Amino acid sequence: MIALHGITKRFGTHSVFEDIDLTLEQGEIIVVIGPSGTGKSTLLRCINYLETPDAGRLTVGDLSLDVTRASRREILALRRRTAFVFQNYALFANKSALDNICEGMIVVDGLSKAEAHVRGREILERIGLADKANAYPASLSGGQQQRVGIGRAMAAKADVILFDEPTSALDPEWVDEVLSLMKQLALERQTMIVVSHEMQFAREVADRVVFMDEGRIIEQGPPDELFTNPRDERTQRFLRKVLANNPVV
Amino acid sequence: MHVLDLDYMLGLLPILLGYLPLTLEMAGAGMLAALVLASLLAVVRVQRTPGLNALAMLFISFFRGTPLLVQLFLFYYGLPQILTFLVAINGITATILGLTLHFSAYMAESIRAAIVGVDRSQTEAALSIGMTQGQLMRRIILPQATRVATPTLMNYFIDMIKSTSLAFTLGVTELMGATQKEAASSFLYFEAFLLAAIIYWIVVEILSWLQRRLEKRLNRAYQR
Ligand SMILES: Nc1ncnc2c1ncn2[C@@H]1O[C@H](COP(=O)(O)OP(=O)(O)O)[C@@H](O)[C@H]1O
Ligand SMILES: [Mg+2]
Repeated sequence: MIALHGITKRFGTHSVFEDIDLTLEQGEIIVVIGPSGTGKSTLLRCINYLETPDAGRLTVGDLSLDVTRASRREILALRRRTAFVFQNYALFANKSALDNICEGMIVVDGLSKAEAHVRGREILERIGLADKANAYPASLSGGQQQRVGIGRAMAAKADVILFDEPTSALDPEWVDEVLSLMKQLALERQTMIVVSHEMQFAREVADRVVFMDEGRIIEQGPPDELFTNPRDERTQRFLRKVLANNPVV
Repeated sequence: MHVLDLDYMLGLLPILLGYLPLTLEMAGAGMLAALVLASLLAVVRVQRTPGLNALAMLFISFFRGTPLLVQLFLFYYGLPQILTFLVAINGITATILGLTLHFSAYMAESIRAAIVGVDRSQTEAALSIGMTQGQLMRRIILPQATRVATPTLMNYFIDMIKSTSLAFTLGVTELMGATQKEAASSFLYFEAFLLAAIIYWIVVEILSWLQRRLEKRLNRAYQR
């Protein structure tokens, strides 16, 4: 189970959000939508401790910590239970596709290189890049890089994978291959929180859609309900705008 | 005016070449030590380690802000008067120490720039999978920074080889000191120093050639 209780984040005097509560069951898939600048990325980054929350409690699996008193060990433990997929892929430029995937298994989980490579090659197979094991990021397309980014997150065997707009930096031609990999993970009931503007994906894959605006969770619910029958006026306005550009079938 | 005494130069060549290893050893040892020290300084500067950062800045400022010759005299002639255990320090050690401290200050700044140049998102990616700061530095940042900094560091190495000639002023008989001695007994100053110059020149040219080849290889790295 993943739980956020009263998570608060400020940058200086600017408060991004206060008192956010959010709970996911194992295997649940959440898509977070909302206008830009609302705090979606910051929220994901707090769960992974890439940003330090100012208050609240984070629970991931059997680890639960008060963010104001988290020790370095607890932070490392939290990061080992969560994995992150970045908008700009953020692959290690000095490592091949295979080594990008294996790095965490070797350095963080302490697997031998041989063991890691066996698992790494399985993952390459699953992300459809078995033939690119030795390729460096610079020689891969955006779609391939993002699939390696997802592969790296899969390798972490995390309780939850956090996706921050994983397709919005991609050329349109590469979007589908990344979304279909994410759908495949969803079918395997990989717990995930996805920040995305891909409404079609949200509709097909999400168990629950969360709408955020101005640092608050305005409403949430199953995609059918939220998309067809949004209760809050802000949700309605946002959906009208987004769906006008990208109708969902 | 006399014509160049080529026979004398040919006879002197093997004698002077005999001192080349010492020159290269001093530069090699100085370079290795400077690389280690410079990397440490650079990491301290990048991570703004409390306390150490201020010390590193002071160190870098001092060793970049004063002439190498002054630093060498300070270590060899000056410091032993205060720290008496240093009286036993010989000229070679003092030279290596001086080269290390002096060049590490410059090299630290190039390495720091190269570290800062590595895309910040890779740092976040490494942290996100639970790597520690140390693992991040060793496995992701430094390997990339080293490649970026290598051409500049090679320039410092070349500079260091030439600077070993200052060891002569600490009474070390290295290439420069040996030339001086030979010239003083033959009175053929022009031939002797010309030959020394040519030897330094050739060594530096060989290194520059290596540097260009290395740079080509480095530019191709991570592209496959
Ligand atoms: N490192 C930072 N320093 C200061 N302000 C930030 C930082 N990161 C984000 N913010 C601010 O926090 C707010 C939320 O940003 P973000 O989480 O990126 O929104 P979203 O992902 O929903 O577009 C914005 O007002 C943004 O300017
Ligand atoms: Mg964002």
